Amino acid sequence: MATHESAAHASHAHAAPQGFIRKWIFSLDHKVIGLQYYFLALTAVFVGMFLSLLMRIHLIWPTATLPFFGEIKPETYLSLLTMHGTIMVFFVLTTAPQGGFGNYFLPIQIGAPDMAFPVLNMLSFWTTFLGFIVLLAAFVVTGGAPLHGWTGYAPLSALQSAGPGEGLGADLWITSIAIFCIGALMGALNFITTTLDMRAKGMTMMRMPLTVWAWFVTAILGLLAFGVLLSAGILLLMDRNLGTSFFVPLVTVNGQLTGHKGGSPLLWQHLFWFFGHPEVYIAILPAMGMCSQLLSVFSRKPIFGYKAMVYAIMAIGFLGFMVWGHHMFMSGMSPYTAFAFSIMTMGIGVPSAIKTFNWLGTLMRGRIRFTSPMLFAIGFVSLFVTG
Amino acid sequence: MGLVLLVVIWLITLVSTYFFVAKTWWLPAGASAAAAGIDHHFTVSFYLMGFVFVAAQLALGYLVWKYREGGSSQKASYSHGNTTLEVVWTVLTTILFVGLNLASSSIWAAERFRAAEANAVHVEVTGMQFAWYFRYPGPDSIFGLTKPELEDASAGGEAALGLDTHDSASKDDVVSGVMVVPVNREIEVILRAQDVIHSFFVPSMRFKQDAVPGLAIHMHFTPIQTGDYEIACAELCGLGHYKMHGILKVVSQEEFDKWLAAREAEKQ
Repeated sequence: MATHESAAHASHAHAAPQGFIRKWIFSLDHKVIGLQYYFLALTAVFVGMFLSLLMRIHLIWPTATLPFFGEIKPETYLSLLTMHGTIMVFFVLTTAPQGGFGNYFLPIQIGAPDMAFPVLNMLSFWTTFLGFIVLLAAFVVTGGAPLHGWTGYAPLSALQSAGPGEGLGADLWITSIAIFCIGALMGALNFITTTLDMRAKGMTMMRMPLTVWAWFVTAILGLLAFGVLLSAGILLLMDRNLGTSFFVPLVTVNGQLTGHKGGSPLLWQHLFWFFGHPEVYIAILPAMGMCSQLLSVFSRKPIFGYKAMVYAIMAIGFLGFMVWGHHMFMSGMSPYTAFAFSIMTMGIGVPSAIKTFNWLGTLMRGRIRFTSPMLFAIGFVSLFVTG
Repeated sequence: MGLVLLVVIWLITLVSTYFFVAKTWWLPAGASAAAAGIDHHFTVSFYLMGFVFVAAQLALGYLVWKYREGGSSQKASYSHGNTTLEVVWTVLTTILFVGLNLASSSIWAAERFRAAEANAVHVEVTGMQFAWYFRYPGPDSIFGLTKPELEDASAGGEAALGLDTHDSASKDDVVSGVMVVPVNREIEVILRAQDVIHSFFVPSMRFKQDAVPGLAIHMHFTPIQTGDYEIACAELCGLGHYKMHGILKVVSQEEFDKWLAAREAEKQ
């Protein structure tokens, strides 16, 4: 068994790359790929922040004409809003905590030489990068970026005539998300396989750092959620360009029949939020894992209630797939369903509360060092309690 | 540093709590029969969750100050946790959250599980980019046929809804740009949308429901105070979403009858 394991590990170990391109661009090294994800997220956060600044400037001076940009019209504002939301949710919140920190630290923390599939890892980063470029391209095409918001509710997102930006801009928006989903699926496979198969000898599951648990459960969420969003995106593209009617019933825009009939706008919402709610946990679970580890290290004592924390992460991951309907209480779905979703939603508050209590328990009777990471972790707990 | 953190965390907590206690930004006064129950549940939730929020933040501030390096405690105590404590706070949180949920269930059920009363006033509300239209069935209590191919948004009124004037039931239908309803009567709202999803939101009535193309969604509410109330579209519906709002006029039964009769007379 030992021989088998070491052979398996040896196949993942690779000599340090020499040339610039193999080392820094098309790298197979999990640390370099982690950094690539991290810098992609950093670039995206600056772009997203710039867009939100434009929105703020418009709110303060609604009639102002901005240099190089001109006037911010209602449709411009909505496209800023859409692109800001999409960039922040996908290319920052999903990319940095999982792709960035996860890639860099997961193999190190479980004693693996690299991720299980280094080539797949490289491909998942470059796929994500391509998704970002396609998204940015929506700004420069005719009609500009879409105005349907980051949730892309159909029929607004499905009809080219529904508003400016709903032409090529909207197609690029959907394509970008579909590409992102493919990258995220490849990443999820890699994280799950690495965690299950490549832990160092003696590193049982219940000995893994909470960060690893968080990345592992997040990867499972990603595998289940992004597949659904990818399919929904493809169906939406078909509705827009191939004349299908998955999400569009018989509607008129400005008194003109659109040629669609029989589709369900609620179907899009179900598929979108089946991804969209787990996405909340995809973004926060890795942060919770890191926070747990940092609080423990800089309080100079073990995490309070390790097992409870592991079960809480699992419970959040599991319940996270049963609460998507709370985004749809007013959508027109059955009020009886909403009742069930409501109970589940309150239920998911329980493991979240357990985590908070255990963070406080970790600080108690510790010897706290106020390093920068610790200050961020304490700030995270305060912000999380605030909601 | 511990003291600075304590002060900052406590200050943020107390200042933010003040805005809730002082009701600096709050809901408009409720004007429907359901509003009192909803507001009561809202307030109870705020008190309970507010207590947990303040307690957790105060504890966090205190702990980082008390157990700082160089403070009174010189050594970190080695501990992996306390199972009894874990069980206690898990059970308490479950009771709190599930309890809050069950407490709200009757409010949700009253508005949605029960159909409108037989004598309710029926109003069909149609959302389109970027206007609301309100249709009353007239003396025959039957809404006439509408046809998508007849819709003409630029003409407004009946034509915007695509009302089929050849249908006998449509002869007495009244279409208005303002929603007028009598006070203290249940209002049955039938929500429709022509193009994209809109959302019919009347904050003063504590009433919100999406209008979805392809669906006719029934909901009901009872206004208990006369006055003019804002109807706002609460679902991003396109470039004119920001200006898509309407007026809900709650008047006495007599005024309502007079208004409806006058609209009927205009049609003839």
